[in-house]
Amino acid sequence: MPEPTGAGVTTREFMLGEGSGTGSGQTLQVGVGPAHPAMHGIIRITTELDGEYIRKADVEIGYLHRAFEKDCEVGGYNNAIPYTDRLNYVSPLINNFAYASAVEKLLGIEVTERCRYIRTVMAEISRVCDHLTCVGASAMELGAFTVFLYMIKAREYLWELVEDVTGARLTISYGRVGGVKADLPDGFAAKVTSAFKQTRDVLDEVHRLLTGNRIFMDRMIGVGALTREETIAWGITGPLLRAVGVGYDVRRASPHWAYDRVEFEVPTQRDGDNYARYLVRMAEMEQSMRIAEQALSAMPGGPINVDFAGRPLDPAAYVDQGKQGKTEGLLLVPIRLSPNLQGQNRPAWERVNAADKRVVLPPKETTYGSIEGLMNHFMLIMEGYGIRPPMGEAYFASEGANGELGFYVISDGSDRPYRVRCRPPCLPPVAALSRMIEGEMIADLVPTFGSVNMIGGELDR
Amino acid sequence: MSGSEILQRLRDRFAVGVVETHEQRGDATAVVDRGALLDVLRFCRDEPAMGFDMLMDLTAADYLRYPGREDGPRFEVVYLLHALPHNHRVRLKVRVDEDDAVVPSAVDLWPIANWLEREVWDMFGVRFAGHPDLRRLLMYEEFVGHPLRKDYPINRRQPLIGPKA
Repeated sequence: MPEPTGAGVTTREFMLGEGSGTGSGQTLQVGVGPAHPAMHGIIRITTELDGEYIRKADVEIGYLHRAFEKDCEVGGYNNAIPYTDRLNYVSPLINNFAYASAVEKLLGIEVTERCRYIRTVMAEISRVCDHLTCVGASAMELGAFTVFLYMIKAREYLWELVEDVTGARLTISYGRVGGVKADLPDGFAAKVTSAFKQTRDVLDEVHRLLTGNRIFMDRMIGVGALTREETIAWGITGPLLRAVGVGYDVRRASPHWAYDRVEFEVPTQRDGDNYARYLVRMAEMEQSMRIAEQALSAMPGGPINVDFAGRPLDPAAYVDQGKQGKTEGLLLVPIRLSPNLQGQNRPAWERVNAADKRVVLPPKETTYGSIEGLMNHFMLIMEGYGIRPPMGEAYFASEGANGELGFYVISDGSDRPYRVRCRPPCLPPVAALSRMIEGEMIADLVPTFGSVNMIGGELDR
Repeated sequence: MSGSEILQRLRDRFAVGVVETHEQRGDATAVVDRGALLDVLRFCRDEPAMGFDMLMDLTAADYLRYPGREDGPRFEVVYLLHALPHNHRVRLKVRVDEDDAVVPSAVDLWPIANWLEREVWDMFGVRFAGHPDLRRLLMYEEFVGHPLRKDYPINRRQPLIGPKA
């Protein structure tokens, strides 16, 4: 790039594309974002262009800031779960579980075996969704619209699985401190098998469409690259770190949930450019499906033997009877639940939730069927009660789709978190974005921004 | 190295710089004197046996309403270091008072500290001496106050300032 020459510089404002190679040194300011068609996320990049080359870039974030950490401080520990859904909204299950695990670590409790496996399965399904979105969207920005449609189709199959389990697609609020909201629905393993088969077909097609595609390779190889040293110094984790040959993965480095009981590889690449990141993400999706399949086949718990006396009752009738004091024998009557809440009856509830009365709400049968259950319920729900971890602090890290997702929770011994800090996995790459795009062409900003996979929800919190 | 070995190493090397240590819930934590902070961070990064090559997170906490800490130093700036070669971690904390809320900047050690320190300044009003560009990160420049401070009410509203006309 030519340096400014000082004297004799024309003062006329340049148009985009002008000035390249003229040696005039005059630059053009171009703002990209906050709302821009090529930006899937609200972020502002102010670029200083010399011709088509980015001489300097300033990245400005915060457009989606909604005081996540402050909001967590004003409610009980479980009240933060819906807020965590909205951090990385493409893979909210991982946020739920990571936050719940951080509070569990602070409390010093262990979740049940089955819950560990459920968390593993659901987190891996979410990771595939996240990578599908990232790769699909960045391919679309390079003109491969077909790939985007195929990948969103595959994501749809996986979101149907998520909907089956949680009752929602994005704002799932499925994690709980001490467990999960409900057990897996019947026949879930078979649905996963068929959804994974379709997803694998899509990945196969995408590989054939993109991986050896001349246009795609020309746009991706050597673009947006960071060296290994830079990536580490910028604190970047996840696919971007593995794309420079560092096999760091929280699932492997500090195994949690059921990751120490499944076999998987940590795919790495060497070049650290956008193409390497693409290859890492593609390989990771296959590994995630492998993990989910193994965890499903090894899922402990077995079938629930339901042999209660009496016919199942409608939940409303159950609650009415309990309110009227007709609790005799009520504890033994099973509830007939809506399909979205299947896996919430007492035996399933006990399988997936820690048996700690100070932390986990009792199942509804117990709440309305016995005075102890009702007291237990109130002790967790009423103002000033609830989950009360001992004073202290704990940090729990999980592998989010973009890298290390950490929650640092401080307790003052009350029923509300004193401080919740989320270590957003996509903040370090976005901080390094200007470093990645400076010196490259303005058109390369788009694939680089795509490979960073900025998620406004967790970036701005 | 295990957490206790890391803390022992730090105590041996910095007799006065390390104020206190604990390992609650298995997280090795050392409270470091502000004057020794940069030396401790540099030692953690450059000493091969420590090998903390990553600044995983940098945040802060306001202890204004924490039971037993009402009079003590108000803010704690928290550094979470990770060592890729050894796969171990340590948490370093620096305590600063409200009327002297300045911490030396770690930007020269890790470039990511640039944004993380901007966020701490934005949210808590703790300054970082030697930071090249200490602007707000998440809030806008016209915003008054530091929202994650405990005395900033959650329901306070401020006018949204648009771009200059």
